Amino acid sequence: MSGSLSRAAAALLRWGRGAGGGGLRGPGVRRAGSGGGGGSSAEQLDALVKKDKVVVFLKGTPEQPQCGFSNAVVQILRLHGVRNYAAYNVLDDPQLRQGIKDYSNWPTIPQVYLNGEFVGGCDILLQMHQNGDLVEELKKLGIRSALLDEKKDQDSK
Amino acid sequence: MELSAEYLREKLQRDLEAEHVEVEDTTPNRCASSFRVLVVSAKFEGKPLLQRHRLVNTCLAEELLHIHAFEQKTLTPEQWARERQK
Repeated sequence: MSGSLSRAAAALLRWGRGAGGGGLRGPGVRRAGSGGGGGSSAEQLDALVKKDKVVVFLKGTPEQPQCGFSNAVVQILRLHGVRNYAAYNVLDDPQLRQGIKDYSNWPTIPQVYLNGEFVGGCDILLQMHQNGDLVEELKKLGIRSALLDEKKDQDSK
Repeated sequence: MELSAEYLREKLQRDLEAEHVEVEDTTPNRCASSFRVLVVSAKFEGKPLLQRHRLVNTCLAEELLHIHAFEQKTLTPEQWARERQK
């Protein structure tokens, strides 16, 4: 299978396995379903994905992802300097795990939502990261990607 | 249900009228049945990534119920030609 995308993906999957944030204040890890009920009806999930600008459903947490694909999502967000996002661990809650798949009509985890809208899984986020779309989408949310600052530094040298 | 790479490849090729399909069984690297696919089809033209991936998901809706991990790459014939030149 053709090279660059799968090589990049493989590299991301190897990074930071359980390495955590190294002292940086980590992203907000929210627990779904606080306050009674299963926390996974369509209405509840709808409210959940709209509550924060960037919402991800992972296996594990940003500090300790339990799956290579979920880890890739965490690493991509870290690269862009996105720190304040809501991360929900589906391994904590089987109803959430199934509920979010039904809600988005998408069969796998991780799932990424920007501005309340389902964007895709790890593959799509990776491609958006590589083709510059992610920087644009973050900009629309009022989030300035850290990669823009990196580039500026490089250009000015 | 047969979940071989070959079976998936044929189904994707047929349903998406694909010019090119690659299916890799990545199960040995993961904890359970996993596949990585590349689909090249004119049906993807003009469609954003999410829509393309949904087309693939719909094609393999039943199979995906039994697949644990799934990676996909979707290209139009033009994108595929460009990528092969790299």
